[in-house]
Amino acid sequence: MALRDFSLATALAATVALASPAHAVTELQWWHAMTGGNNDIVNKLAADFNASQSDYKVIPTFKGTYADTMNAGIAAFRAGNAPHIMQVFEVGTATMMSATGAIKPVYQLMKDAGEPFDAKAYLPAITGYYSTSKGDMLSFPFNSSSMVMWINKDELKKAGVAEIPKTWPEVFDAAKKLKAAGHTTCGFSTAWVTWANIEQFSAWHNVPIASKANGLDGFDTVLAFNTPLHVKHLQNLIDLQKDKTYDYSGRENKSESRFGSGECAIFLTSSGYYATAKGTAKFDFTSAPMPYYPDVTGAPQNSIIGGASLWVMGGKKPDEYKGVAKFFTFLSDTDRQAKLHQESGYLPITKAAYEKTKASGFYGSNPIPETPLKELTNKEPTENSRGLRFGNMVQMRDLWSEEIEAALAGQKSAKEALDAAVSRGNAMLRTFEKTAK
Amino acid sequence: MEKSVVFNNKLLPYLLLVPQLIITFVFFYWPASQALWQSFLREDAFGLSSEFIGLENYQTLFAQPEYYKAMLTTVVFSTLVAGLSLGIALLFATQADKNLKAASSYKTFMIWPYAVAPAVAGVLWLFMFHPTLGTLAQPLRWLNFDWNPLLNGNHAMALVVMAAVWKQISYNFLFFLAGLQSIPKSVLEAGAIDGAGPLRRFWTITFPLLSPTTFFLLVVNIVYVFFDTFGIIDAVTGGGPAGATTTLVYKVFADGRTGGDLGGSAAQSVVLMIIVIALTAVQFRYVERKVQY
Repeated sequence: MALRDFSLATALAATVALASPAHAVTELQWWHAMTGGNNDIVNKLAADFNASQSDYKVIPTFKGTYADTMNAGIAAFRAGNAPHIMQVFEVGTATMMSATGAIKPVYQLMKDAGEPFDAKAYLPAITGYYSTSKGDMLSFPFNSSSMVMWINKDELKKAGVAEIPKTWPEVFDAAKKLKAAGHTTCGFSTAWVTWANIEQFSAWHNVPIASKANGLDGFDTVLAFNTPLHVKHLQNLIDLQKDKTYDYSGRENKSESRFGSGECAIFLTSSGYYATAKGTAKFDFTSAPMPYYPDVTGAPQNSIIGGASLWVMGGKKPDEYKGVAKFFTFLSDTDRQAKLHQESGYLPITKAAYEKTKASGFYGSNPIPETPLKELTNKEPTENSRGLRFGNMVQMRDLWSEEIEAALAGQKSAKEALDAAVSRGNAMLRTFEKTAK
Repeated sequence: MEKSVVFNNKLLPYLLLVPQLIITFVFFYWPASQALWQSFLREDAFGLSSEFIGLENYQTLFAQPEYYKAMLTTVVFSTLVAGLSLGIALLFATQADKNLKAASSYKTFMIWPYAVAPAVAGVLWLFMFHPTLGTLAQPLRWLNFDWNPLLNGNHAMALVVMAAVWKQISYNFLFFLAGLQSIPKSVLEAGAIDGAGPLRRFWTITFPLLSPTTFFLLVVNIVYVFFDTFGIIDAVTGGGPAGATTTLVYKVFADGRTGGDLGGSAAQSVVLMIIVIALTAVQFRYVERKVQY
């Protein structure tokens, strides 16, 4: 009898002890996809935030690639234990925003928590991608980049190319000279074949990728990138692929090493490649804005962003949301943003951080991190260059890539390939529209 | 006097079967029935909305020319992988069965690749044959061979077949070796005394006596290529170029995971399940007749 009372009492005591720890610290889960140096940055941000106050503790967890992280988050949501903050790449935006019950919009979060928040303080080229057509910010931009042209200055000099090419015809000429000078396997190339040749290409030339402002204004958007301009560009690539003046480098960025190894002296990829280029390229290199066709009126327009943003998941307690809101305020701090930008090469998300970096003279000695900012702010964004938002975008890119590959391999003409990419993509958009209602 | 033991308890046999039945039900029938049910639904990725749409997923599926292309790719891929991995493993096993010095370390080395995860195996082969970085792609280049798995579908197919075969050889090797060691030496010696050469002994004695193992491996290998190879394909080619290495199971994976289209993906796995059940049935009905136990 006495023993039973004793064990009951211990059990009770243990329960009470577990339920009320000495300091009530609210834990906030942050799932992300950052590797290498960027992983360290994530951990340091969380540690700094945790040290700055004692009510909340942000716990970052690496979940694999962008696609892995998003899938893990979706699966966790279905199982009822989603993280508080989830890093989602830009192309997952439509999927996230259509899941109305699964997410907590950032503007709502900040308002509910009573945190000071001014959407206008952020760079519109970046927040536009993550906001509704009314300008309400849905997710919090974290790491943003854009596409730039990486240039191997040593090799260009050797091949007798005096100026860094600005237009596509100049790039083709330079590539031919490079090829003649010994770059037999690659005159120029790009990573992310669809991001370069469809998405950025369209925005940079101020032509639509799809109707409804590239899907930003509604899921009933219809693809339209099979115009004569797109066909002409793809045809140029097909022609140049034959003798490897242009050489295809795959759907993703695994082939960025072709620039670092010196094989391709002109290479279009993300501005986020900077950290890796610094570490691997043993030659004088720089970045330049993407090329354009000079006969297109209004080109170049402005580029669109890539990268990822932080989504807040739905169904959490008000106190937890308060913590998340405080964390976002912490991230938006001007000094912190400026430092983050200069260290990681990612874009600053606030105007103040950009101005501060500019005023400090940082770009004078480091022009490379400013290239994507110059592209993004080149002109006031139009319907065609604010961004894009398509459901199933991850798979859509695979589908477009398939068609471009078929064209480059000579199985289809440029027109046939782009027509097929558009019609297959539209079928996918209609399926998404039905589920996103 | 009859001495056999009789259990009168009618319940006991079922009780003894329960653990196995539970495992079969939880891990096979339940997921399979879930897939079947899901194939009639249209759901968003988060599972917030779900709508019964009957056979629409199947109609969409069979209206896609890409789906038939994936079927054809699967036939090519599975024939190559099953044929090559069985053939090469049999060759290795017959060699390892001889009286060799260091036979045991040779056997151990042969088994190692089986411990490598499919995606890792894929990455290994990808790096060896990477057009720019690959240690094995460089010699091809010196021979003026335009090796380009990024654009050439046949090159990409060759690459995934190599990785998938390499991965499966160890498993097949192990079973073939065990099968070979269980063939009585006296039978082979009798053949030798009768004047049959090594090749003839192999085809008339060893191969028929090995047929139960071969048949078992054939079934297992078909299941392997149909279900277990998407990790390799995802790591090496991502189904490309232009869908040249998109097999049926890779398409299930890509549509369900990357595309978040659970209904369509479920419909595909139901079709795939039917195909494999049919194939296995055919194997048991027709191929097994030739097996000599």
